[in-house]
Amino acid sequence: MSADRKICGDLTELTAAQTAAAVAAGDASAVEVTTAHLDKIAAIDARVHAFLHVAPEQALAAARAVDERRAAGEPLGPLAGVPLALKDVFTTADMPTTCGSRILENWQPPYDATITRRLRQAGVVLLGKTNMDEFAMGSSTENSAFGPSRNPWDLTRVPGGSSGGSAAAVAAYEAPLAMGTDTGGSIRQPAAVCGIVGVKPTYGGSSRYGLVAFASSLDTPGPLARTVLDAALLHEVMSGHDPCDSTSVDAPVPPVVAAARQADVAGLRIGVVSELRGDGYQPGVLARFREAVELLESIGAKVTEVSCPHFRYALPTYYLVAPSEASSNLARFDAMRYGLRVGDDGTRSADEVMSLTRAAGFGAEVKRRIILGTYALSSGYYEAYYGKAQQVRTLISRDFDAAFEQVDVLVSPTTPTTAFPIGERADDPMAMYLADLCTIPSDLAGNAALSVPCGLAPEDGLPVGLQVMAPALADDRLYRVGAAVEAALEQRWGGPLLGQAEGIG
Amino acid sequence: MTVSATTGSLAAAAPALVPYDDAVARYEPVIGLETHVELGTVTKMFCGCRTVFGAEPNSSVCPVCLGLPGSLPVTNRVAIEYTIRIGLALNCDISTWCRFARKNYFYPDMPKDYQISQYDEPLCTDGWLDIEVDGRPVRIGIERVHLEEDTGKSLHVGGATGRIHGADYSLVDYNRAGIPLVEVVTKPVPGTGALAPEIARAYVTELRELLRALGVSDVRMEEGSLRCDVNTSIAPAGAPWGTRTETKNVNSLRSVERAVRFEIQRQAGVLDAGGRIIQETRHFQEGAGTTIAGRSKEEAQDYRYFPEPDLVPLAPSGEWVDELRAALPELPAARRARLRADWGLSALGMTALANAGALDLVEQTVAAGTTAADARKWWLGELARRANESGTELAALPVTPAQVARVAALVTAGTLNDKLARQVLDFVLAGEGEPDEIVAARGLAVVSDDGALTAAVDEAIAAHPDIAAKIRDGKTAAAGALVGAVMKATRGQADAGRARELILDRLG
Repeated sequence: MSADRKICGDLTELTAAQTAAAVAAGDASAVEVTTAHLDKIAAIDARVHAFLHVAPEQALAAARAVDERRAAGEPLGPLAGVPLALKDVFTTADMPTTCGSRILENWQPPYDATITRRLRQAGVVLLGKTNMDEFAMGSSTENSAFGPSRNPWDLTRVPGGSSGGSAAAVAAYEAPLAMGTDTGGSIRQPAAVCGIVGVKPTYGGSSRYGLVAFASSLDTPGPLARTVLDAALLHEVMSGHDPCDSTSVDAPVPPVVAAARQADVAGLRIGVVSELRGDGYQPGVLARFREAVELLESIGAKVTEVSCPHFRYALPTYYLVAPSEASSNLARFDAMRYGLRVGDDGTRSADEVMSLTRAAGFGAEVKRRIILGTYALSSGYYEAYYGKAQQVRTLISRDFDAAFEQVDVLVSPTTPTTAFPIGERADDPMAMYLADLCTIPSDLAGNAALSVPCGLAPEDGLPVGLQVMAPALADDRLYRVGAAVEAALEQRWGGPLLGQAEGIG
Repeated sequence: MTVSATTGSLAAAAPALVPYDDAVARYEPVIGLETHVELGTVTKMFCGCRTVFGAEPNSSVCPVCLGLPGSLPVTNRVAIEYTIRIGLALNCDISTWCRFARKNYFYPDMPKDYQISQYDEPLCTDGWLDIEVDGRPVRIGIERVHLEEDTGKSLHVGGATGRIHGADYSLVDYNRAGIPLVEVVTKPVPGTGALAPEIARAYVTELRELLRALGVSDVRMEEGSLRCDVNTSIAPAGAPWGTRTETKNVNSLRSVERAVRFEIQRQAGVLDAGGRIIQETRHFQEGAGTTIAGRSKEEAQDYRYFPEPDLVPLAPSGEWVDELRAALPELPAARRARLRADWGLSALGMTALANAGALDLVEQTVAAGTTAADARKWWLGELARRANESGTELAALPVTPAQVARVAALVTAGTLNDKLARQVLDFVLAGEGEPDEIVAARGLAVVSDDGALTAAVDEAIAAHPDIAAKIRDGKTAAAGALVGAVMKATRGQADAGRARELILDRLG
């Protein structure tokens, strides 16, 4: 598509790469780009509800700063002037950070997360904070205390979660880029069901400092975008060692942008995970997945079948490890220093105020996981639950290690089904948990994984995601495969998958 | 604010205490000590905030030590280094790989409602510390030395006890939250007999000296940078060990001794009355010298320890540990032995020096050129008296070993006599400057100038003709009286020896 025509048209339809190029070339100012997105949000977000907080003043100020730097002849970064929607789990010194929870309603952090700071320094324009399942616990955003976000493909359906607001914002053209976090699939699953690209980088590849913790050993910030290249550009800008995060990897960022531009799978060995398909998978999802694998083969990849026998235990393992860590991480919301305080009428003890506040401030899913985790860590049960889960986690990592000795990347459907109707699984936690069946193994192993659109399921016309998994610190392989699939499919479709959505507004 | 009621052990009337000698005649105590040491690092355990004492409340805090959502800890390497040095000085094995753990419990002074600590993987294990009690050497086994973060400090306002129970409201100061805290845990110490309280005190004293020598903490018990929990159990001789109680709040060396003594007496009373000892936390009451029941272990919290996922494991390299071992300073026991030999002291003399807190002062004074005997004389005599009068520690007196050494040197040179030297020290203590300045400014030097002395001698002879006559008759011993008169006339500044010579010259 021609940049000139688009600039004359709707600035919100540009990719991040195109936007940055337009701003750098002076074809559009950052303020114009930002205004176009703020207008779009104003026009449609009442229906999508991707945002919990929109910050027009700060966004326009940031955009003006980029325009001034350009006017002064200063060099601009690869994403300068590009708007971004930030998941409301990253702290922002100039916007509230709620994590989708009543207990943090209106909480204004005194500091920026490392990711927030890096984005600002890169001249990325933060439009606001996006909706999410409370404390990132969920796969639909229905667990947000502030109401669910809606899937731009079908407003009666969920956008996935927990980074559902971020995915919906990108799919609805409210922002070309968004930041999410992935603990059990919270970037890839919403990306898949919204028909966009989502990447969970290698654990430790992107800083957790200022990311409000759900499960510390799993939480991984990552990009959501409409194209693989855009995701790579954001990946590169936000990543890198952070001395404020001890678990941050002190290694060079993998060459993800170069890999996205390379977009070539010739000779690449690709393994199809036997355990991640079959019963419980929507037929249309499996059909699109098979086509994507055939496509990869047709453009030069060597495809084989690979077994990862312990993946079947990934879901139960995850639901011991993640809630255990969450039960501890969420203890600090005790009404003493910040956030909600309930029952402090001068007659109640600190213990009572803590209990009343937590009872009122946390939603049902958060409470469920705190109780699960507290139980799993309890004296007498620790070895049987948390301890055993850690052992199985090791076995899952070994399955990956063995698989990556045979192949360069693994592939699977990102999710067993397409987007489900709002309310359908809200009262059935097990059904909800199954949405992350395919994404959880990579979180447990701490390696890298991506979801790229691979078509619409014939039975419901909703997007299907192809998941690509790579060894830790080999994130660039994801982008090679993702970009190759994207290019081949767009050629087949005559344009991006999102072009097939009806659109909103 | 109120907290849940304490144990049922309060319900029954406490049996009478058993006299100490009787208690230890019939029961064998076993003690154990857990000592918390705030490390003297410049910054906190997991953030860059300064470690300060007595600063404006909540002035040395940041998102990390306040546990704000999203913040993450980063380990202070110096704190690890200090802990390893403590472990090495206590003859411990240093772990080659270990992890921090989270200790989960809700309390307002804990910003994250969990404490980053170490659980089943302490940094240092299995060592010992040798002490001496009543001339008897005792080896105290060290179970573990681990590192954790301190909590904030609660101030409970209103209510009688200063504890949370019954208070109107509570204030929390998080300046202390996140200060690195080392916990040194002994193995159980059996076989102490009646010496249990003294051994407990001697152990803490020696540990404090050791930590001071290592320079890792200011070890001030009164400021809480060294805090002790004392475990005590008793059982009839030959019987298996009894149930132990853990006494907290033991904040002075004297209290350590008193707490053990009291617990032995109390527990003997309970057992004599046919009761059983409940495994519980007890609080030491400084005023009364007693302990009162706190939380019972039977209703103890489950801390749900698990490895801290926000931190990577600690893996001190063998080279680093060897480096730290090689750089250890001379430890107190070795130093005492060396100084005792150098100074030719008896064991008792050494103990007196140590107990007076004069070891460093004397050593530094000797290093400044004074003989050991003179240095001891000044510090244990005149200066100890001054410290005693003003109720301060010897080391807190506003006089330096160098100044004492200079005064001693002036005496040796004959510039000052003892009386003048004491006056010079008075002025030093009063802040008037260096000894030499004071001698010059106040004209305190011994008068040995013959001109001035001759006049005083002539006056004394004229004033005491009878004594002068005796001396002329060869009774030179009588010269002392005239010397005294000369000294009086010169307000003590005369060189007494020279005055005597002049008197004998005149009357010879």
